[in-house]
Amino acid sequence: MSRAGHRHRDVAIISFAQLPPVARDAARDEAELVQPVVNQALAEAGLTRKDIGFTVSGSCDYLIGRPFSFVSALDGVAPWPPIAESHVEMDGAWALYEAWVRLQQGDVDTALVYAYGKSSLGDLPAILTTQLDPYYLAPLGIDGISLAALQARALLDSGRASERDLAAVAAARRGGDAAALLGAAYTVAPLRAHDCPTVADGACAVVLAAGDVARRSARKAWIRGIDHRVEPHQLGSRDLTCSPSTTTAAEHAGVASLGAIDVAELHAPFSHQELILRDALGLGASVSINPSGGALVANAMMVAGLARIGSAAARIHDGTARTAVAHATSGPCLQQNLVCALAAEVSP
Amino acid sequence: MSATRCAIVGIGQTHHKAKRSDVSIAGLVREAAARALADAELDWKDIDAVVIGKAPDMFEGVMMPELYLADALGAAGKPILRVHTAGSVGGSTAIVAAQTVISGVHRRVLTVAFEKQSESDAMWALSPRIPFQPQLTAGAGGYFAPLVRAYIHRAGAPAEVGMMVAVKDRVNALKNPYAHLRIKGIDLAMVRDSPMLWDPIRYLETCPSSDGACAMVLTDEDGAKASPRPPAWVHGLATRSEPVMFAGRNQVDPQAGRDCAREVYAQARIGDPRQDIDLAELYVPFSWFEPMWLENLGFAAAGQGWKLTESGATALGGSLPINPSGGVLSSNPIGASGMLRFAEAAMQVRDQAGEHQVDGARRALGHAYGGGSQFFAMWIVGRERP
Repeated sequence: MSRAGHRHRDVAIISFAQLPPVARDAARDEAELVQPVVNQALAEAGLTRKDIGFTVSGSCDYLIGRPFSFVSALDGVAPWPPIAESHVEMDGAWALYEAWVRLQQGDVDTALVYAYGKSSLGDLPAILTTQLDPYYLAPLGIDGISLAALQARALLDSGRASERDLAAVAAARRGGDAAALLGAAYTVAPLRAHDCPTVADGACAVVLAAGDVARRSARKAWIRGIDHRVEPHQLGSRDLTCSPSTTTAAEHAGVASLGAIDVAELHAPFSHQELILRDALGLGASVSINPSGGALVANAMMVAGLARIGSAAARIHDGTARTAVAHATSGPCLQQNLVCALAAEVSP
Repeated sequence: MSATRCAIVGIGQTHHKAKRSDVSIAGLVREAAARALADAELDWKDIDAVVIGKAPDMFEGVMMPELYLADALGAAGKPILRVHTAGSVGGSTAIVAAQTVISGVHRRVLTVAFEKQSESDAMWALSPRIPFQPQLTAGAGGYFAPLVRAYIHRAGAPAEVGMMVAVKDRVNALKNPYAHLRIKGIDLAMVRDSPMLWDPIRYLETCPSSDGACAMVLTDEDGAKASPRPPAWVHGLATRSEPVMFAGRNQVDPQAGRDCAREVYAQARIGDPRQDIDLAELYVPFSWFEPMWLENLGFAAAGQGWKLTESGATALGGSLPINPSGGVLSSNPIGASGMLRFAEAAMQVRDQAGEHQVDGARRALGHAYGGGSQFFAMWIVGRERP
């Protein structure tokens, strides 16, 4: 879809900072969530606000329960003198995509990306009902966990996974014994509490750099490719047991060109979704999946996708990985997916 | 890496009304998108990606509606981005879309902005109760009226200037078949006699609340060559944002607006905007913002903008037509209002504006602002390839 023979400008993630996700961070407002992670990400990048060429964020008004939440959050960046800035009503991973696009133009070398989410102010599964087609789906009143349970049921019925496989994912991320987890009661069958995300309040920030700033930077995780795709919204139009948009995004992000993948950070809020995503990305047993714990153990809405990219980059920064795949999702039952291919080495 | 030029080859908008009860939200956005594709003589399958924008989701009561709208916009299997930068969002959305072309990431992008305000009460959605801040229970007018008062006081402007803008934009709207407000016989007396809503802003000096959408097809140089109709070329684009809580702000003449204008003029190699720009579509939701923005954008010196308006220069037959489409004062689907400014500017340099065409328009400014006069998005479009 991009221009034939077009070569992207090399862009690196040079720092990543996140608040420790907590179930309820009652004391912080939007700006107070954003300010510490922005300050830390800039400090770790060795940059100040004045060095940043473009700023972009991701968040969602419906979590805070009021319009223009991102406007208040911007004060956490102290944008004075005025800055070149944008915002997506999406997970911060898509803000990072917009920043990567902006850096392709070549006139600026640095971008600050941040995301925040405060789900503790409302009933998240019920709020997610309002994300559905307002004419045909939302009136049915199906909540976020029930939608995921429909998808899990479809996967089990396909014979490609069992409840034991779901428990094995939960045990791997949360610790504990898979067999013992199967003794727990269903939350919404076939999902048990351990299959559902631990919802958190949180914020994170990433600094991107290209050109000389990237070359001078102490730590670099090069973005070898990034792409995102959406699927039809109507659940009946989709095969919920697979994620073709993830596969397409991975192809366009050049995941295959990475060679052996050391780490994958998958934005799978539900245990069965990790299985679907591993299939969609063709990840073998040698890949370390979600060493951060992933979105199952800390699902800070609008943050968790960007945090997957940041966490994958952090593994390259600390030298424990040479290559990594990061994934972010949005919408009911993995409707929209983003894939980012990262490497310690710049593209050949 | 190779930056390319960006051109607008398709433009579409809906008929804007208080209630478009004849269409769903999806039907509304699809109406504008289909018109843009028809203008470009392209099909849904020709589009590489969709960039969609709207103001707060509370206006329709649908959280992140782009997920649901992906089907109607032919986005399945493609990338879709959703932008939200308050009132400036229609402009910012076009800019994000243009950047995916300029960066070489996509070749043909559909960008759409909409609001279906009849689904809710925009006054309510614009009056949030924010902890530790005084609640504004009077919508956007309640926020902006003190800024207008400050402007009138500082500039020593006569009261008629705001009313003149209200009349001029509604006269222009009578020439725009898509406009929401089409007030036959509009004149100064009618504006003067309309109720005072937020002193000094009268009812007829205020924008309506509309259902509507706008869409454009943006493409690269090859796409522009293949265009069946003359393209509009992007000569410059820029955004600037400034804080909420900062005592050093001048909300009457915001620094972010001045910086954004300086940047976009530099990109378009505009030395004197008064001479080098043939017309502007400015985001004027309350009449007095015309002279305020004329100063902020460098068309007039500080305190002098009202004289430009008063002289008649900003009328359709004047030397610097402002809002020949009728502007936000005549159609205001908030999320789309910025993109309508950008699209109307492009229509003018494509000689596509019909009855409200400015003769010989070669370069035009599209302008949008949002938040508490703190988010700005602008582009300059031209008839010639830059």
